[in-house]
Amino acid sequence: MKLTGKAWKFGDDVNTDEIIPARYLNVSDAFELAAHCMEDIDPDFMKKISKGDIIVADKNFGCGSSREHAPLAIKTAGISCVIAKSFARIFYRNSINIGLPILECAEAASKISEGDQIEIDLSSGIIINLTKKETYKAQPFPEFMQKIISAGGLMNYVTSR
Amino acid sequence: MTITEKILAHHAGKDSVVPGELIMAKLDVVLANDITAPLGIEEFRKAGAKKVFDKDKIVLVADHFTPNKDIKSAEQVKYMRDFAREQEITHFYDVGQMGIEHALLPEQGLVLPGDTILGADSHTCTYGAVGAFSTGSGSTDFASAMITGEAWFKVPESLKFVFNGKLNKWVGGKDLILYIIGDIGVDGALYRAMEFAGSAISSLSIDGRLTMCNMAIEAGGKSGIVPPDDITLKYVKPRAKREFKIYASDTDTKYCDIREYDASKIEPQVAFPFKPENTKGISEVGNVTIDQSVIGSCTNGRMEDLRIAAGILKGKKVHPYVRLIVLPGTQTIYLQALREGLIEIFVESGGVVSTPTCGPCLGGHMGILANGERSISTTNRNFRGRMGHIDSEVYLSGPAIAAASAVLGRIASPEEI
Repeated sequence: MKLTGKAWKFGDDVNTDEIIPARYLNVSDAFELAAHCMEDIDPDFMKKISKGDIIVADKNFGCGSSREHAPLAIKTAGISCVIAKSFARIFYRNSINIGLPILECAEAASKISEGDQIEIDLSSGIIINLTKKETYKAQPFPEFMQKIISAGGLMNYVTSR
Repeated sequence: MTITEKILAHHAGKDSVVPGELIMAKLDVVLANDITAPLGIEEFRKAGAKKVFDKDKIVLVADHFTPNKDIKSAEQVKYMRDFAREQEITHFYDVGQMGIEHALLPEQGLVLPGDTILGADSHTCTYGAVGAFSTGSGSTDFASAMITGEAWFKVPESLKFVFNGKLNKWVGGKDLILYIIGDIGVDGALYRAMEFAGSAISSLSIDGRLTMCNMAIEAGGKSGIVPPDDITLKYVKPRAKREFKIYASDTDTKYCDIREYDASKIEPQVAFPFKPENTKGISEVGNVTIDQSVIGSCTNGRMEDLRIAAGILKGKKVHPYVRLIVLPGTQTIYLQALREGLIEIFVESGGVVSTPTCGPCLGGHMGILANGERSISTTNRNFRGRMGHIDSEVYLSGPAIAAASAVLGRIASPEEI
């Protein structure tokens, strides 16, 4: 699966309250949640991004609460992939379960600048920075995890089997 | 093996496991709340499931936005309630019976030593305090666990924290865990099991241990655990309605790191905005005025916490510029506090006492902060905007500091009163 989009940069320890504030968790509808995606860290985020764009962050992305609403809001907002130096573990697991591609790659996280055009091959873990003409290598997902993501999440994957 | 590895091996039907190994484990308890359950129930339906794997092993607690704070929350809780009735879930807790989930489950004897527990709430790690492996997950894992009674785990490496020596006055479980997070950072235990030991832990009450394990997630931990001892058994035996098993770490087992601390050198801790790792000893806080003091939550809403706070507030008045909000963790705790005269102390001091709810901790209701306001709070997170306006601030502490601060109008030690 190939993904392309513009990079949006974030720092260390982006928490789930910033990704989707709890005051909006009185609904489960993915589109209502997506409307507030990243609101408390960048109020204009939803106005700025285009479908397919990529979030690039430093360490411990998605720390805090277990709310699956966080990766769900990012995915529904149109973000095609999150690249970070490291992820908080519940966020990591939730992302795979709902079919949001995420990659751990310290080199990409430090070298990519905001606005760079990025191309990602999920099956090989190759990240190409089209703007800077650089290539970074992330550990690709094992095949079964790639299948979960392309099925759109764990439940779709399990049901289809 | 460590206690965590032994519990996981047993639940995976294996003689032994090693860190990094992927296992499928049987679950003793599967938990969700009014925020995480609705998404999970939707997934349950989408998968075409008709019945949960065991109606006695699922616990649903309406605690976050309850008593319903608005119409949307009411719809969410109703969705969960309807599901609980349809599936005849034994342990569904609605307003009137419910408490804050991580205060309620240990109190009711629903989580026991040796258990493996999956909860759609990040603070599910709390139950390590009774010697269980317990970890947080999202709603999809919860849905899958409701169907199968199992979950896959990567066996975590274990990190050991040893507290030697005697605790200082006003220092409790909250101060110890904040001290650790200040030391290792908010991702210092990422993916790992945090095991707490040493003489200061052996003498720590169950309430203090629950507080410590509760915040393992704030260091990125997968779980927190205190190997069971006499204090554990005294707590769980009268509550347990089923068999349980006691495990201990082997003395020659390997940890990825062992960190030792001298408890006698630790003073009450305060975590400054906007990360729980921004800790300072109370003597280094300086003049930080507050608008609100919150005493409660799954971290510090238990009897011991209320007794400490009431002991400081007795005969005193809350500062005229401060709102004190006390939230007992469960109905049982509320009643006990009432019988002991603690509720009277809180009200007479000028505080308010709420029914159990997660409420203000996550900026839900019952104490939201305005632009520029500041709260001292016994809760577990001080992220930007956590308790309300994006430009409000939360400082984390134990109940002693929160109570003294309510009286003095600034973050302060009870020694100053």
